[in-house]
Amino acid sequence: MEAQLELLKVEALAKIEAASDVKSLNDVRIAYLGKKGPITDLLKGMGKLPAEERPKMGALVNVIRESVTEVLEDRMAKLEELAINEQLEKESIDVTLPGRPARTGNHHPLTRVVEEIEDFFISMGYEVAEGPEVEKDYYNFEALNLPKGHPARDMQDSFYISEDILLRTHTSPVQARTMEAKGGAPIKIICPGKVYRRDSDDATHSHQFTQIEGLVIGEDIRMSDLKGTLSLFAKKMFGDEREIRLRPSFFPFTEPSVEMDISCFKCGGDGCNVCKKTGWIEILGAGMVHPNVLKMAGYDPAIVSGFAFGMGPERIAMLKYGVEDIRHFYTNDVRFVSQFHRTEA
Amino acid sequence: MLVSTKWLSEYVNIEGIAVSDLAEKITRSGIEVDSIIDRSHGMTNVVVGYVLECVKHPEADKLNICQVDVGEETTQIICGASNVAKGQKVIVARPGAVLPGGMKIKKAKLRGEESNGMICSLQELAIEGKLVPKVYAEGIYVLPESAVPGESALPLLGLDDQVLEFDLTPNRSDALSMIGVAYEVGAILSQGIQLPEINYTASNEKAEDMLKLRIDAKEDNPMYVAKVVKNVKVEASPLWLQNRLMAAGVRPHNNVVDITNFVLMEYGQPLHAFDYDRLGTGEIAVRLAEQGEKITTLDDTERTLEAHQLVITNGKEPVAIAGVMGGLNTEVHDGTTTVIIESAYFAPGSVRRTSRELGLRSDASTRFEKGVDPNRVEAAAERAAQLMAEIAGGEVLAGSVIFDELDKTPVRITVSPDYINNRLGMKIPLEEMLTILDGLQIPTEAVNGKLIIDAPTRRQDLRIQEDIIEEIARMYGYDLIPMTLPITESTPGGLSPYQAKRRTVRAFLEGAGLFQALTYSLTSKEQAQSYALETAPVTELLMPMSEDRSILRQSLIPHLLEAATYNVARRMDSVALYETGSVFLGEEEDGLPQEVEHVAAVITGKWVDHAWQAETKSVDFYVLKGIIEGMLDSLGLSEGLSFEQTVLDGMHPGRTANIFHNGERIGLIGQIHPTEQKKRNLKNTYVMEMNLAKILAVETEELLYTQVPRFPSSSRDIALVVSSDTSAGMLEGVIRNAGGKLLKDVRLFDLYEGDNVEDGKKSLAFSLTYSDSERTLTDEEVVKAHDKVLNALTVEAGALLRG
Repeated sequence: MEAQLELLKVEALAKIEAASDVKSLNDVRIAYLGKKGPITDLLKGMGKLPAEERPKMGALVNVIRESVTEVLEDRMAKLEELAINEQLEKESIDVTLPGRPARTGNHHPLTRVVEEIEDFFISMGYEVAEGPEVEKDYYNFEALNLPKGHPARDMQDSFYISEDILLRTHTSPVQARTMEAKGGAPIKIICPGKVYRRDSDDATHSHQFTQIEGLVIGEDIRMSDLKGTLSLFAKKMFGDEREIRLRPSFFPFTEPSVEMDISCFKCGGDGCNVCKKTGWIEILGAGMVHPNVLKMAGYDPAIVSGFAFGMGPERIAMLKYGVEDIRHFYTNDVRFVSQFHRTEA
Repeated sequence: MLVSTKWLSEYVNIEGIAVSDLAEKITRSGIEVDSIIDRSHGMTNVVVGYVLECVKHPEADKLNICQVDVGEETTQIICGASNVAKGQKVIVARPGAVLPGGMKIKKAKLRGEESNGMICSLQELAIEGKLVPKVYAEGIYVLPESAVPGESALPLLGLDDQVLEFDLTPNRSDALSMIGVAYEVGAILSQGIQLPEINYTASNEKAEDMLKLRIDAKEDNPMYVAKVVKNVKVEASPLWLQNRLMAAGVRPHNNVVDITNFVLMEYGQPLHAFDYDRLGTGEIAVRLAEQGEKITTLDDTERTLEAHQLVITNGKEPVAIAGVMGGLNTEVHDGTTTVIIESAYFAPGSVRRTSRELGLRSDASTRFEKGVDPNRVEAAAERAAQLMAEIAGGEVLAGSVIFDELDKTPVRITVSPDYINNRLGMKIPLEEMLTILDGLQIPTEAVNGKLIIDAPTRRQDLRIQEDIIEEIARMYGYDLIPMTLPITESTPGGLSPYQAKRRTVRAFLEGAGLFQALTYSLTSKEQAQSYALETAPVTELLMPMSEDRSILRQSLIPHLLEAATYNVARRMDSVALYETGSVFLGEEEDGLPQEVEHVAAVITGKWVDHAWQAETKSVDFYVLKGIIEGMLDSLGLSEGLSFEQTVLDGMHPGRTANIFHNGERIGLIGQIHPTEQKKRNLKNTYVMEMNLAKILAVETEELLYTQVPRFPSSSRDIALVVSSDTSAGMLEGVIRNAGGKLLKDVRLFDLYEGDNVEDGKKSLAFSLTYSDSERTLTDEEVVKAHDKVLNALTVEAGALLRG
């Protein structure tokens, strides 16, 4: 019986050794250690032994079973590891293959610029005001100190619908409408929108383009407030190092009127082709609201004053992103628009 | 306005200031200097030559062999100009010279003959062809006999000069004259200015004895000064005068015309010279034209006049259109001996209207349009008379023939220094303000702490207190204004709910894969109403620039389709664009069209394009529908949404739907009609357009969280067969209706037509989810609810349940 047991052990160990995968090792386990296996058979056969031998033989069978089990489990662990390694190797992929594209679009560059400007002024307590693109001559010109026959009307040849109605030539009528609606109350608004002028489309002209204007009205609004506001804006939009300068200019709806330059963001003011070697780039027009404009909207210019400014998102986008032709903004070439998808800074 | 610094220096001392610094100062204090033109263009070795001999080149018909005295030597130069001749003083570019075009002059051989330089035309010295006197327009320029061979030709031609090009704003008409510019520059440099001194000896004969004047249109012509000059000799002007004019961008003609142009540039007062004899009547009468009256102007064009246009006549017929252009019939010519000098004030509005109606703009009309200085009308006439005496040998008759009802009183402005400082946010002392106004030669008195200002008539832009604020601020320096922020009640600022939701829509559509497009509002008659969600009378331009941009659009789709075609033509086969923008409908009570903001999209080509894993999928109706559903869901509008099949012009009849929200039509979606696609070079293309204003105006409920289910749900699948024309939406409606409150979700998961399904039928499979937020449903409860659904499908929808 002992000899028989030893033989079984040797045989089992040999089979364990020979098993090359998890499945065949499992077969070995079932064959030797299973309920129908020889070791179980031996245990079942113990009844036939004399009573005094049973404990000794029982112990011996258990020792052999345990040692076979131990070897088998060892082997099983090794084979499982082999198997998983083999599987992992099979699952290996080429990480350089292209990813499944995440489909996404983005803002038109002009919307991007407009929203950036809007958000800055919103943070300063401004509201966003909008108005009609087809306007009355009154709001587009007269309420802005441009009576019929005013020479400055030459500056902006317009698309008329009738004698008194036209496509707005600037977003300023929104200012006039807001002032009229506010009935003398303070105002802080920013007005973005489309505008139209009789220009032939070329690299620097577009019969349709966009503007964004700002207006602040209140008691004792000073020109220094305009300068301080614009300086913060320039830094926010074009970088903290930007300096501004104001130059005298003329707009019928402001007096004094200025144009604002910023120090060149390409060369820092040393002179390059972006700033045409001057170190400065013209960004916007501004001024103190003309008393006639205030009066027409029902404000008393002796008590109330205000400032206004306006700029062209096209120009800002062209400068910021180096776009050389204004028509790119209106052809909707996906290869152009899709370039404005990422964050800056 | 072109300002020659050489000319300017006759009125104001600008010595010792670099021209670039001067330009910078002028720009910073009021007038933008667009550019500085160096008229010498760095030329050297350009000298006066004397043609001693000139013979035809034996080998070339068109070439001349000239022996030219260039001062230090006599040298041979070959010249191709037909007007070169012996005895001329000419401009010679010697070997080593570099001309403005970049041409380097070298010794050369032309058909075997040596040539040591080039005899130049003015064009070769970078003077624009249109400024070169007509006689020299096609050949070399001939210098006066007094020119000294060997001396540099540049000073002689006034080319040792730098010209400031002003970009004048409409308010600064005072700077449309050299004297006006001198006032400005004098103020900037704290210098006085030197005005031309006018003195000449007049004859004993009186002008009024030779010329009668009658003004019949006093409003349009409140002042008219005429002087008569006899015995003038019309010839080319002296070189200095020609140089001045060319530097100012005016072509020299003859001495009489040149003098009027010179004074125009110097005083800003346009003048006109009439040939007295050609006038024929000894009379000038100014009146409004008769309707249909004709005049042939100096540019040899016959013009028909309208009754409101102001004309100068000889008492019978028009001889000039006032302030715009003279008539050919009284033009000064070589044989003219007696000249009438006209200096007048024509009302700005009248001249502007006439010049616009006739399409004629001139140096004269641009000045009259802005209002000339009333106090210079007479002075300018005297200045011209003086020059006619000096230059053209004329005999100026005593006195002028004058009509004058022009108000010349200066505008008085009273302003307090505090007001100025409050508006600027500064503390400029009163003395400083007085110094600035004095520098600008604006008469000012300080009385009881206020500034009392009499605005000079040359400065028509000074009318109100704010104009004085600007004068002080610009001269004091905008750089010195401090930077502050408005002191106001602090306001929250922000977007309106509408604006915020519009941003949500954009963000959603972009997140869903669409790029934002921006197309034109103006379109063609043909496209204005194509694909429109709603049509109304169109808004049309009075004077469009082209047929393609003549009407305001009522749909965004046509231009989005154009954008799609544009991209596809450039091999961008997959296009997904959206746009938000207004359409223009009909006419409101106030006469303006109703502007309604819409959102539209176009998709074509592949939607999924991941080729190496064989995952590609073309766009279809359901891609776009899913985007619309998602967009509306992001606005809280998924409830009450329905799509109903419809037929619309230009759209695929089987693949188009109206979109309704709570029964109200809010948009359309569908495929472009295949014929239309083909016309536009597009393949399968889907579009949608929705009334964004309407969508964004819907007030949605507050967003409140509903508890995440704590109890398990049960799901049941149904497969059914229905006739092919039964819509999935209808079936879903029946299911939801019958399912009651325990039915939480219905999802279509299979759609099949073909084998094993009868012809004219289709099979659909839905997955239904039942649950209750308070407890786990019993099997009996689910079965009861589900049986109702099955029953409804059979009875109401005639569905046959499968399996």
